This record gives sequence, structure tokens and C-alpha cells, in this order.
Amino acid sequence: VSIYTPDLQNILSLLFFLLPASALTTGIYMIFSTKPEMATQEIQPNETLTNLKAESDTLKTKLEDERAKLHDVELHQVAEKVDGLGQFIMKTRRTLKGHGNKVLCMDWCKDKRRIVSSSQDGKVIVWDAFTTNKEHAVTMPCTWVMACAYAPSGCAVACGGLDNKCSVYPLSLDKNENLAAKKKSVAMHTNYLSACSFTNSDMQILTSSGDGTCALWDVESGQLLQSFHGHAADVLCLDLAPSETGNTFVSGGCDKKANVWDMRSGQCIQSFETHESDINSVRYYPSGDAFASGSDDATCRLYDLRADREVAIYSKESIIFGASSVDFSLSGRLLFGGYNDYTINVWDVLKGTRVSILFGHENRVSTLRLSPDGTAFCSGSWDHTLRVRDRGVITWATFPKGPHSQGER
Amino acid sequence: GASFGTGMERVIVAMQDPDMGMKMRNQRLLITVIPHAMTGNDVIEWLIQKYNITEEEARHLGGLLVQYGYIYPLREPRSLLLRSDDSPYRFQTPYFWTSSRWPATELDYAIYLAKKNIRKQGELVDYEKENYSILHKRINHTWDFVVMQAREQLRASKQRRKADRIVLECQEQAYWLINKPCVNMPLYYHYTTLGRNRVKSSICLESFMKYSEQYLHHDPIMSGCLPSNPWISDDTSHWTINTDMVGIPTRLRVERWSFSFMELLNDSMGRREFMIYLEKEFSAENLCFWVACEDLRHGESSKIILKVEEVYKNFLAPGAARWVNIDSKTMERTLEGIKRPHRFIMDDAQMHIYFLMKKYSYPRYLKSELYKNMLAKAIVPQETKKSVFPFMRRQRHSSPSPAMVTQATEDDGKAKGAGPTGTSSTTNSQI
Repeated sequence: VSIYTPDLQNILSLLFFLLPASALTTGIYMIFSTKPEMATQEIQPNETLTNLKAESDTLKTKLEDERAKLHDVELHQVAEKVDGLGQFIMKTRRTLKGHGNKVLCMDWCKDKRRIVSSSQDGKVIVWDAFTTNKEHAVTMPCTWVMACAYAPSGCAVACGGLDNKCSVYPLSLDKNENLAAKKKSVAMHTNYLSACSFTNSDMQILTSSGDGTCALWDVESGQLLQSFHGHAADVLCLDLAPSETGNTFVSGGCDKKANVWDMRSGQCIQSFETHESDINSVRYYPSGDAFASGSDDATCRLYDLRADREVAIYSKESIIFGASSVDFSLSGRLLFGGYNDYTINVWDVLKGTRVSILFGHENRVSTLRLSPDGTAFCSGSWDHTLRVRDRGVITWATFPKGPHSQGER
Repeated sequence: GASFGTGMERVIVAMQDPDMGMKMRNQRLLITVIPHAMTGNDVIEWLIQKYNITEEEARHLGGLLVQYGYIYPLREPRSLLLRSDDSPYRFQTPYFWTSSRWPATELDYAIYLAKKNIRKQGELVDYEKENYSILHKRINHTWDFVVMQAREQLRASKQRRKADRIVLECQEQAYWLINKPCVNMPLYYHYTTLGRNRVKSSICLESFMKYSEQYLHHDPIMSGCLPSNPWISDDTSHWTINTDMVGIPTRLRVERWSFSFMELLNDSMGRREFMIYLEKEFSAENLCFWVACEDLRHGESSKIILKVEEVYKNFLAPGAARWVNIDSKTMERTLEGIKRPHRFIMDDAQMHIYFLMKKYSYPRYLKSELYKNMLAKAIVPQETKKSVFPFMRRQRHSSPSPAMVTQATEDDGKAKGAGPTGTSSTTNSQI
């Protein structure tokens, strides 16, 4: 698309030379733009923008056609040969009480038993979930701490929310030491922090924000390493890809889009727009070839990155509240979703059926993560508690064979 | 949104009021004197006075003004922060206000990048270089125009007073920092995605079947775990037999190393075993190089230059102690790039070595005696017997905090962090 014709070029260069040097502060660059006030008669910016929009729409349709050409089978068809799972019984093994207000976010430590959680009243707590002991607590200077993350080393936590920042707190061994004193401000956005995650080390943090961007930060210096622009509204969630080259991540936002980004260049390399409302949560399938999303449209969906399309929808007519948080079991066979109707629904990823519905929380489930070794999953809720759950068993290790088993622990 | 913008604009207009506005003065920037500037301190003080707010609130509001581009810093232009010291700032000309409905077009951005590139070689930073080459392809038909404009603007700027030139450059840079267009969206994105190689659904979906089947027994929620799930039995044996430095690994763990090269490298014990194998094959430098590149990629920004030098010295320099065999084209590109080191400078070389190991060394390792022996002696834990009183709960023991464990090794002079170097802590680490 060529906006400037050769004749126009000549006119513009002439104008440029004629303008006095004192036009400096009013912006000498205006004549090269399509800004209406300063445009010459030759430039019709509205017409040009309409052309661009039309071209964009045509390409979008072409794109959908190309994607559809290779879609030769549905997931549940391929999964017909796989055994069904029957109904699962899940049991609560630990209940963590200590937050005085809505729990908004949680993350596991790599040691498979510690977690960090954050709440609406500004409190961030580090627990040994196995013993249910609280090990550290810090009060943030803001309310609504919507994001928290555990550092890979287990030596620090990151958190943020309405303060528009992401701060890192080294976990002090001295119980008497005030954690807040060692706080390090790393990320700065122009709107609330919705999610944060350390990358492969303690040295970098990836953030997403209500300002519509994601960003990568150097923890030591607070320097912005890369920013990611492309969402048209608040970005609500992100997840790092478990890939060999370790260079991509996915984000979801209020623009109903899920975008896959290249961390090196800041480019958006894939985009998916099939949800009908805000995307609250995104999580990669363990192989890194796909990711799941949970949305206010009450569905969870699976997107395959190589097929470049949505391949499954997890929904039921009886589920009408939004999904706030999703995660996979270790093998990727199960997808856990926390919902705003206080329940957790567990889905058979391959067959698309629901294998369990879990009650217990007395308010919205806001956050849900599987432990690093997949032995349990933790959910946080607006009912101020966190619950650690896993499957009901007959002996310590084995599972009941049929859907109606007796004597489960 | 728009209302946010006009609110900030009201503040800015008030700040520039000739009577009640900020007192401007000349600010020194290195050896040049910039007129009509103010310090960060000035801004905060004025906001406190004018709106009768606390310093914290003034800092926050002032910070927003910088973030949205209404005020820009003269020093460290890339850091859009309001510093409460004598750092100099200036008002952005209204033309560049973020709230203006003028969308930053690709053409203007291309001209800006071309100017930077012409003015001084190597002034473009990574993402700018990428954007530049994308735009070069994308709007190639108007590229002569872009270069011509860039040259003319540079020529005109040379005729200005230095102070004015610096001011304008800062204004422009601040503007593009905030408003750089999404160069790849929407049109560019659509063009590239049309040409993308897609895989048939049947092939992709088949891989999900295979993956979940392969990992079925490794998934505790699907298959349980031995000797027992700690959360149910309150017995942490399952964790202690799977630590990094355990003497004999479990069979499941060793089997998992054969699922993919990534699984082998992600397990610190697997990586250690692989290193032993490579040493026997006299190709250990490949893994060492890969580890060093990971450390560079994920480490502190401040250590990048030092680490790049180390990697060059140890692995790439002619006659290096652990010289790695990279193809000449990649080596040439890498050596050229080292002149301007950044975090990703070793990516090409690292990827080359990674795929070399994956294709040749990894399959050989899986067939080797070393691996087979490991698999043979690996343990399959017995399922914990239910106690006579099944409902009596065991005591739940605490474990040493990861912070404490790592503190101990740090005191020994080893580096902190989940980097590639495994800790040789002898404590019963749960990490």
C-alpha cells in the first residue's frame, strides 16, 4: 500500500525547504504525517485508513480459510480410541487460613511444598503448605495484590497490583527482620499489575498490566529489557513456554485475544481470537505445543500452536460463570479450572468431558496451580482461604478402579 | 482512555502557566545548556504545593506525567521515571502528546529509525533493529522516500543550535519510546501468518494422545505415586528419594530422561550423567558451552559483557581450551556480533550446539552402558504399607527453607540462583 505518490514527494520536499527554522517547536515533522490539520490538499488520511482497514479484514478472512484447510479432524474424534476416565473424587488435604481478605493469586515454590499467596488487603504470605505453617508475611503498601510469584531459587518472591509495580522481596532467614526493608522495585507500569513470573532465573521478571502491555525486566537494575505491545485492552495473564529454545510466552487480555510473543524481539508471533469475553488465565500444555485459556465467557479452550488454531472447547450449559484460572495435570490429560461460581471443574483434555466438579470454597476461586511435581493442586479463593487437594485413594498410592469405589481416603 | 489524557493535560497546562506555573531555568546537560527545563525535584514540589497533596502522591502523579510522555527526561531518556533529584526534565511539545488522536504511522517510525541509523552506526537497539528490517521489507516500495526524508531531516537539524537540536532529539526519542507502532500488527502480522507453515490437525492432535500416554505413570493425579503421595500419607519419602543429589534415582526418573533431550537437561542429575558420558566421548565442551550460554541469557544485565568475554575466551577464540565446533557462517556471525555484546548474542551458536547434541550425542547416550546401568540399578519404591491404625495421622515434619540451604552454599562462595550449576549441598535439600 503506497500512501505517497511521486508527485506528492516533490511537493512535500519543497514545503520542507520553505519552512523557517523557527517552526522547530511546533514540530517540523508534521508535514510528513497524515495529521489532518497540517495535511496538504493531496493527502486524504481518512480514505487511506479505510483502505488499510479493508485490506486488513480481507487478510483476516483469508487467514481463517487457510487455517481451516488443514483442520481435517476434531480432537474428540482422535480421542475415541483412548479409554474414558470415569468420575474422579478429589479430596482437600490442607486448608490454609490466615489471609484476612480475598486471596487473589498464588504460586508454588520449586521445593514442591512451599507456596506464596497474595490478597486484597495487601498481605503477601509464604507458607509451608505441607505443615500449613506461615513462614513469612509482608504487607504491601497497596491493596489488591493481584500478582505474586516465587523465584526459581526459592530465595525471593515477587508481587504487585494496584501500585502498578512489581517488587521483589528477598526471603530473610531472620524471623525478626522486616521483609519490607529489603524490598526492591523492579517493574513499573502505568496501570495495575495483573500477573508476574520469573523466567528461568531469579534475574528476570515478566509482567503483564492493565495498561495493555507486557514487559520483561532485569531484576538487579530495574531496567526494562523488552516491552510487548499488541493487546488492545488490559492484559490479565501470562505464561512462559516450556520450550527447548525458551524464548516465547503467551498472554491473554480483555480484548478477548491470546497472543504468543517472542521475548527477544518483542514481536507477537501468533494470535488467537475465539473467546467471547475477557481471557482471565492462560497456561501452556506441558509439551509446549499448545496452551489452554479460561475466560469470562464460561469456557476453557485449547489452542494448538502448530495447527495455529483452537482445537477444543471445554464447556457445559450448566456452567454459566467465568473461569478465572486454569492449569494442567503433569501429563496434560487433565485440565483444572477455577470458576467464579465457587467451583472447580476438572476436564478430560482429550475427550472434552468433565471428570469432576469440586465444591468447598465459599466464594469465587481466583487462582489455581498444580504443584511442580503434580502431586497436588492449590486453589485460592475470595473466601480468604487456600486449599490443597488431590485424588482420593484406597491405599496410600493406588486409585479406585471404578467410578463408585468404597473406602477412599 | 481519553478522559485520563485530558486530566493530565490540564495539569500540564497549569504547570506551564506564566504566573502560577513552574519556574523554569536553564539546565546543564553535560556541556550544553538546555533552556526552559526543570528538575525532578521542582516538579514534585510544585505538585505538592498546587494540589495540596503528600510527597508520595506527587511522585505518583509526576511519574504518570513522564510515563505518558507529557514530560520527558533529558538524561537517560530510555528510563521513563520521575527522579526526585536534580535530574533535568522538559515539557513535551503538544504535537507529541499521547492523547492526540494521530496514530503513529509506520512511515514516520521508519523515517525516525532511518535517521538514527544514518546519524550514528549502531545507535539502534535490538528491538529497533528488528523493527527496521521488518519495515524495510514491508514498505520497501517507499524506502527511497524514507531515506530521503531521513537525510533531509538530519541535514536541517545540523543547521540548528546545539541546544535546540538536543531538545528536539530528546522530544522525538521520548515520543517514539512510548508510541512506537506495533510494526507487525495488523497488516504485517496477517501477511506473515498467511505464509506460515501449519500442521494438519490430525498430526497435532495425535501428539496429544502420545504425550498423555507417555507421561501417564508420571502423573500422580492420574496414577498415584510411590511410596505414597506426601499430601495424603504425611510421609515425605516421595520427595526425599527424588532430590537432586540422591545416591540412586528412581526408575521413573531415569526413564523420563529418554522421553526427550529437554527432559534430560532439565533434570540436574540427568545433566550430570550426560556430562560424564560426553567426557568419555571427548565432546563435553558442547554441554559446557550450552550451560554458559544459558547463564548469559538468564543472568544479570550487568554481567553480560563479562560473560560474553568469558565465553569467547573459553569456547570460541582460536586455540581456546574448550573450542566448540560451530559451522563457519554461524561462527562468523557470532564473532561479528561479539563486538557489540548483548544478552542474545550467543543464541545462534547455542542453538547450533544444542541441536548437534540432540541429534548425535543424546541418542548415543541412551544406547550407552552408562545409561543402561543407571536404569538397571534405579529403584522402584515399595508402596508404603498402611499402618495398623490407618486413621492415625503422622507428624508433619518441616523442611529447611530453600533460602537457608542456598545461603549456606552462598557462604561457601558459590553462586545463588537456579542457574545451570547444581549445588553440591550435602543437606537433605527439598529443592
